[in-house]
Amino acid sequence: MKRAGTGEPSELDLLAIACLLPSLLYVLVLFVYPFLYGIFLSVHPLKVDGFSLANYVAFFTDQYQYKTVGITFRLAVPNTIMVVAISLLFAYNMRRGIWLERTITTILVLPISLGVILLAQGILGFYGGKGWLNQLLIGLGILEDGLTLTHNFTGVMLSLFMQQFPFCFLMLLGYISGIDPSIENSARTLGANPWTVFRRVMLPLIAPGLAIAFALVFVMSFGTFASAIMLGQPSGSTRTIAIAAYAQAFEMFDMPYASAIAVIMGIFQLAGLLVIILLRKRMVTAATMGVGKR
Amino acid sequence: MKETIDSLQFRITKRFGTKTVLRDFALEIRGKQFVTFLGPSGCGKSTALNIIAGLIPATDGEVSIDGERIDRVPPEKRGFGMVFQNYALFPHMTVFGNIAFGLQLQRRPAEEVRRRVQEMLELVQLPGFEDRYPGQLSGGQQQRIAIARALVLHPRLMLLDEPLSNLDAKLRIEMRAEIKRLHTSLGLTSIYVTHDQVEALSLSDWVVVMKDGVLIQAGPPQEIHDQPVNVFVADFMGFRNFFPARVTALGAERAVEAAANGMTLRGRTRHTFTPGASAVAAIRPDDVLIGGDAGSPNAVPGTVDIVEYLGREDEVIVRLESGDRLWVRTGARLTPGESVRVILPPDRVIFLPAEESGGTA
Repeated sequence: MKRAGTGEPSELDLLAIACLLPSLLYVLVLFVYPFLYGIFLSVHPLKVDGFSLANYVAFFTDQYQYKTVGITFRLAVPNTIMVVAISLLFAYNMRRGIWLERTITTILVLPISLGVILLAQGILGFYGGKGWLNQLLIGLGILEDGLTLTHNFTGVMLSLFMQQFPFCFLMLLGYISGIDPSIENSARTLGANPWTVFRRVMLPLIAPGLAIAFALVFVMSFGTFASAIMLGQPSGSTRTIAIAAYAQAFEMFDMPYASAIAVIMGIFQLAGLLVIILLRKRMVTAATMGVGKR
Repeated sequence: MKETIDSLQFRITKRFGTKTVLRDFALEIRGKQFVTFLGPSGCGKSTALNIIAGLIPATDGEVSIDGERIDRVPPEKRGFGMVFQNYALFPHMTVFGNIAFGLQLQRRPAEEVRRRVQEMLELVQLPGFEDRYPGQLSGGQQQRIAIARALVLHPRLMLLDEPLSNLDAKLRIEMRAEIKRLHTSLGLTSIYVTHDQVEALSLSDWVVVMKDGVLIQAGPPQEIHDQPVNVFVADFMGFRNFFPARVTALGAERAVEAAANGMTLRGRTRHTFTPGASAVAAIRPDDVLIGGDAGSPNAVPGTVDIVEYLGREDEVIVRLESGDRLWVRTGARLTPGESVRVILPPDRVIFLPAEESGGTA
């Protein structure tokens, strides 16, 4: 990378740019342009000529709209924490390999490959009002009335968990089992019990993978749409911000307002990522503090 | 806790599923000894070390120190130091952090920690490296830090799992001397695992040769080197030439005379043979002499087949009259096709039991 400051691009650079061009074009046309156009659209409301923040003002002054942010956070944050925590628990304890690992891994991957719709149908069939679970519980005389696990907050949480757990678990398992076992063995022989090994040695090493897992699961959860419609109450308790945007676009046909909601959603997702990055920095520093001279 | 041990005793069996990795592997190690577990990969030597460290449980058997059983004691409470083949330093901590790790877990005062880390860095000849991260060090430096990290806790037993295998040849010899120096000057008790017989012979007071999870021979280096109990150990100790033979006569002082493919070979043995028994005659390439009288014992004519230049010496394959091939290390410059007389000095020829699973020491 070190080139004398002649300022003249070498042949290699031209070639590199030429090779990059198709993918660059792809990103520009299919991501950057629509993204910028969406932002442009959001500040040009239907009823106003020229630049205006009216859509943003409308969103944050209308309780029906702005409370979708709260609803989405209430779904996304607990779900993200639960998915990552349970994945970490399983992945950490399976890091040395387990019995029937391949079979279990295959079963876990299935929900990812099936897609949300089939998964939602399955959840409705099993956990629904007249689903197998309720029929079993009532049939066995354990419950008189069935449990209401779908078409509410719980239903969406179930669906999000099932979609994201396998993916997050496999990612963390790959990350954790890649850490050289002799590192923790050496910590043990140096006097660290299993908990200390986890806290002082393994956790700081897992932290980067954990942060990525948090980020991805959070962003996916925050954008939840299909699950919230099929397994939740899309007009009530699980009216997420994605549903609000969709309603503006395809029920009210107000694209600029919908764009504004999409931009707001993006900003909250970025804010979530920022928090994760800051937490990660803190976590690593805390875990290594007092260990090294810094 | 500058504790020392008087003796470590164990008898362990380890099975992974249906595979037996260690079969009744038993030994007593005395304080301040340097013991090596020597064997090819898969012989169970590292497994044995990990069981002694407490990192994996034995399927059966016990480990005790000075008469006290420790097999249920977790590794962090055993007070052993361990050094790994791949150094196993904590990549997210500095050199200081790595060496101080154990002391900080013992809640030692900061001043003591600093002083002891400093002493260790001087001991392993890397003062001033406190603030570096493991990733910024060479392999040899990392292994020195790993050794310092274990030694700083004054372990009552040092366990070294092929610590030099990842280093290049020159550094290996340097570090070998370093390990020996630390062992002696600090009065340590050490168990060292290796597949390299030179390391085993040069470092140890006691060498334990293992194969397929079984102890084959244990003894001082000279004994292992000069009087291997069977073909396996002999092969490991550098005996390249093996001739199946039939014992014809037994003499005083364990002398043996045998017929081997038309040759009459004389040598010695530590085994009890009966005349007529089958045996294997063995000699090292370095011990074979070129030239000499036709009348001297164990003189065999042959033809030079292949010559490999090794610098000070050549490695030569001589085709004997019997058709057998004989590896020879010699300073005499030979040329392929040349007729030579080789002598297998009787005091250098040993007779081993014919079947592999012969005796154990």
